[in-house]
Amino acid sequence: MDINAYIESGILELYVAGTLSEKENEEVYALMQKHPEILQEVLDIEAAIVKLTAATSQGSDNAVYQNIKQKLGFDDSDTQVIPINKPKNNWISYSGWAAAFVLGVGLLWLINQNNQLKSSIQTAETQQLLLETQIENSKSNLEEAHTLISVLRDDNIARIPLNGQGNFSNTYAKVYWDKNAKRIFLDAQGLPEPPEGKVYQVWSLKLSPLTPTSLGTIDSFKTDSNKIFEIQNSHESEAFGITLEPAGGSKTPTMEQLYTLGVVNAT
Amino acid sequence: MHLDILVENFKKKDEKAFEALYNMYKDSMLGVIYNIVRDHDIAEEVMQDVFIKAWHKSDTYSNQKGRFFTWILNISRNAAIDKTRSKNFKNSKQNLDSNFFVDILETSENLNDSTDAIGISQYVGKLAKKCIEVIELLYFKGYTQNEASETLDMPIGTIKTRNRNCIKELRNMVLN
Repeated sequence: MDINAYIESGILELYVAGTLSEKENEEVYALMQKHPEILQEVLDIEAAIVKLTAATSQGSDNAVYQNIKQKLGFDDSDTQVIPINKPKNNWISYSGWAAAFVLGVGLLWLINQNNQLKSSIQTAETQQLLLETQIENSKSNLEEAHTLISVLRDDNIARIPLNGQGNFSNTYAKVYWDKNAKRIFLDAQGLPEPPEGKVYQVWSLKLSPLTPTSLGTIDSFKTDSNKIFEIQNSHESEAFGITLEPAGGSKTPTMEQLYTLGVVNAT
Repeated sequence: MHLDILVENFKKKDEKAFEALYNMYKDSMLGVIYNIVRDHDIAEEVMQDVFIKAWHKSDTYSNQKGRFFTWILNISRNAAIDKTRSKNFKNSKQNLDSNFFVDILETSENLNDSTDAIGISQYVGKLAKKCIEVIELLYFKGYTQNEASETLDMPIGTIKTRNRNCIKELRNMVLN
């Protein structure tokens, strides 16, 4: 059989057009299976006709196929996977990213809040500590005051005014001597602040013969607000004196710097 | 062959194969139908019915009887012609017989807006009138050789060879 002549006869064009008889159709089909040239010729003819006919259409939108699927009752979840689920996936992934972003921002905000709270707590703790100290101070002040009141009211306590001496006649002090408790309270309100590098030193005196015994220096004069100092005194004092001495105190009083002096009244 | 497998699966009511075939031939069928009914909405409606019909009678197709394209082309032409014979259609449309497919290609607003179609229209317009006539009758209208021979007043053998030459020319235009 002359395949070329068969092709050139134009029967394949009619085959694609659909104008051949059933018998002719079967013959062409059989020959196509046997001769690839014939099959290729048919494919080319068909492709040309498909292109030509398609060119005369305006094209159809996707809605037509959606209609067809609906009318044929196709399962949407299966066949619509491409058009429907794709945007859905996008939606999910977009909202996923958005959620992650929001979460991240929220996390940063929380961390920031947490840090702020931490520093607030620290401030509050410091303030609390400060207040506790103040309360403690107030308590001890109150105790001191109570002690003073009880001292002032106590009959067994001797009051010894110390008068200003020599150049320091305008100064004064008072000693409250609690003999039972072997202590004195020195009210140094009437003394000026000691100059730098100097301290007041308190002396217990025996008069005959004159023997001074140091009761110690008042190191906290500047910082003490009420200027009342509690000092241990186990001596049989006959008088009290206050001198200005170099810091650290002296073994014997510097008499030129004797500020105040007071004699204990014999009772 | 890819197409053979698609058609085989289509006969087994495979929805994906059906969709693939639909996408391969929908524009072609729409063009053929439009050429007959000359109304885009009606053409789309008929095309939709054609593919629904094809799905329902997929078991009647056999590749031994002809090409799948030829089969669905036949369904399309018949459905379009049926449409033009319906009462409603006759009331709304005037005489359609005098128009050839080339008219569509020449009126740009009717064109498929793909550049492909525009390119084709430029070439196809250059086809000889005798080619346009024979292609119109055999492919767009579904005339038999005898009918075409009578309509064009030429021997059956001439129809066959002329068509062969015209399709050759068309292939040169659209496939290269």
